Amino acid sequence: MSKIVIDPLTRIEGHLKISTIMEDGVVKEAQSTGNLFRGIELILRGRDPRDAQVITQRICGVCPQSHGIAAALNLDSAFGVSGKIPPNARLMRNLIQGAHVVQDHILHFYHLAALDYVDITDVAKYEGKDSNLNSVKDFIIRGELGPFVPRYEGDYRLPPECNQQAAAHYLKAFEIRRTGQEMVSIFSGKIPHSVGIVPGGVTATPAVDKIISFLWKLRILQDFINNAYIPDVLAIAGAYSDYFEIGGGCKNLLSYGAYDLEGEEPDLTLRKRLFSQGVTSADLKPGKLDITKIAEGVKYSWYQDSTSGQHPTQGETKTEYGKEGAYSWIKSPRYDGKVYEVGPLARVAVTYAHGDPVMKNLVDSALAQLKAPPSVLFSVMGRHLARALSAKFIADSMEKWLLELKPGEPTFVEYTIPEEATGMGLTEAARGALGHWIEIKEQKIANYQCVVPTTWNASPRDDNGNPGPIEQAIIGTRVKDKSNPFEIVRIVRSFDPCIACAVH
Amino acid sequence: MVKELPVIWLQTSACTGCTISLLNSASPNVRNILIDQIIPGIHVNLRFHATIMAGSGEPAIEVLEDTAKEKKGTYVLVVEGAVPTATDAPYGVIGERDGKPVEMRERVEDLARKAMAVLAVGTCASFSGIPGAAPNPTECQSVKQFLDAKDITTPIVNIPGCPPHPDWFVGTLASILLNGLPKADDLDDNLRPLTFYGHLIHENCPRRAYFDEGKFAKKPGDEGCLYELGCKGPITYADCPLRLWNGGANWCIGAGAPCSGCTQPEFPDLVSPFYQKLADIELPVIGAYWLSGKEEK
Repeated sequence: MSKIVIDPLTRIEGHLKISTIMEDGVVKEAQSTGNLFRGIELILRGRDPRDAQVITQRICGVCPQSHGIAAALNLDSAFGVSGKIPPNARLMRNLIQGAHVVQDHILHFYHLAALDYVDITDVAKYEGKDSNLNSVKDFIIRGELGPFVPRYEGDYRLPPECNQQAAAHYLKAFEIRRTGQEMVSIFSGKIPHSVGIVPGGVTATPAVDKIISFLWKLRILQDFINNAYIPDVLAIAGAYSDYFEIGGGCKNLLSYGAYDLEGEEPDLTLRKRLFSQGVTSADLKPGKLDITKIAEGVKYSWYQDSTSGQHPTQGETKTEYGKEGAYSWIKSPRYDGKVYEVGPLARVAVTYAHGDPVMKNLVDSALAQLKAPPSVLFSVMGRHLARALSAKFIADSMEKWLLELKPGEPTFVEYTIPEEATGMGLTEAARGALGHWIEIKEQKIANYQCVVPTTWNASPRDDNGNPGPIEQAIIGTRVKDKSNPFEIVRIVRSFDPCIACAVH
Repeated sequence: MVKELPVIWLQTSACTGCTISLLNSASPNVRNILIDQIIPGIHVNLRFHATIMAGSGEPAIEVLEDTAKEKKGTYVLVVEGAVPTATDAPYGVIGERDGKPVEMRERVEDLARKAMAVLAVGTCASFSGIPGAAPNPTECQSVKQFLDAKDITTPIVNIPGCPPHPDWFVGTLASILLNGLPKADDLDDNLRPLTFYGHLIHENCPRRAYFDEGKFAKKPGDEGCLYELGCKGPITYADCPLRLWNGGANWCIGAGAPCSGCTQPEFPDLVSPFYQKLADIELPVIGAYWLSGKEEK
């Protein structure tokens, strides 16, 4: 038996270590270790509840907007204005979050994941006139190749022209994701970390110049998704088709749903949303989600055992480093005692399972192009494909929301901070199901708990000893070359982990 | 012959927001920063940056250790994040050495000692920021505080902001490449480049006229100065009102949101509650009065 330890596992957000025990070239055991604890939930205590949206965005600079939205929904419900948010504010929140998630998916595929599949050094052979590629060629000839080398060597399968085109898209995608960030900024002030998403609505007003500017930036994103992102995912999937059979994992999927399509329903679990709320599994049958069945275990995490198994409304964060058997700062959220994966695959599959016609068409056409059954979705490439389809589904929905905005109409509803209250905010961050829970006493935050997408996906074993989704996806994988464990990093990155989020 | 400037970008107790903000740099763009000669004749050789680098695990850590050894005194260390100094647990770890986890503070100490200069990027690195907020569960320190305690005298520049504007980072780096390390009178008392942090938000705010005539917004969306909604512009040094954010798309006050004071050493504890009015302040010495006095908290 031998070990493979990857620390730090880079091109994700934050500090993640993956260690495995190997037997005959196959992963027998895997451990996911979150390597940073900040204690944001402890920092939130005693503060003005309204500040939760400012501070929780700082949990993560890659996905701050989703925390801002989850916090605002959480505070809306605690302040008794859930169901009273003006249509303009609901739409602007959707647009802020939508633009953010779409650019984040693009960032993930090109800047975080692609270098596992694309050999950028093939640009040295480029003979054309593209100025981007010629500048990369000059760079390669000069010979200092950081940050692109060192890297794992060996399994790069694309022909030189494909690598060159992918490298051009890698650079183009920087511009595209920046455009997406500008869209977020138009309605929320700045990004990362905006002050413009607030309980009661948003602070900005939808002026016509903002709407038209947003519209034409949206067109740039849509063009890139249709003509680069989705074709590139399919091209890489073609060359690495064995990755439709690698990294399947737990095959239980959970989505909170996101992007409110109506404003009057105060209960988030009943509200009509673009992405459906629910659960599904390998059979892709729709299941209902019962929020009360979520609990966080800490048996293998560096927290006191007495806090294990609590629902987030009762959740506590009490550290105990060095506890026997524990190996991560990440807790282990489970649904109904079982291991669930969250993320683009989960929200796409849950929405598909619930019969959304647009989503059905998107997924079925992609699978028809691949001549593959839906079961291939449960894999490394399935996650990349689902993420690209998630981007398209959101981007194509945004135009309608944008044109529903009514300049001059309100974007904010007034509230008073209650003496005592509880709240819940549920949404879908780029990386999956995101929940915030608050308890207010004497108009201050008495307790604040976040259960974040990568808390689910990168969780260690739970109190029953079941490994987390990423761990399960790695276990059983054959690693061809121990010194260049491509299989492991490709599986982990297909989840788009965010460790600052997972631990917070 | 192109000169290579080795740069190590180390993320400590942080959220990667500073990195995402840097990736929003428009001119120069990311290609220009990573690939091209950012100043004619000089290429930034970004050897280590965990969010974008190709390598993982041991090969990645070797880059860190080799750079410290082989490029001693010639590389720039960028730190994104505060330094957790609590000793009861390894709250932040970056890679291993001989199979043992290496804590962030050990990495910062080693790499800063051997660097030509340290750039503390973001409010966490500059002033300990969010992870250093009360009750500061992991005893986070700013990079400067941490280096002082270790008697490390490598020159340091703070580029705060939660996150900093990409121009503030790129501009500071360009200034070092063109003119050498900043001199004492190029920086304020908080080691921030005066070029970017020389004036209060309030001085250049387009809503300043409302303040002067006493017209204050009572709720988000209202016309008027955002002072009563908690704006920290009167005590916050940064050029946001002139520079704007995200390619000129907007900025906080432009979206009707009060400034949260994110470039200040007081962020977040002493500039919050964020949506509560600052204690009444005397004109015209805004800021100085407030900083010396007590806030109603």
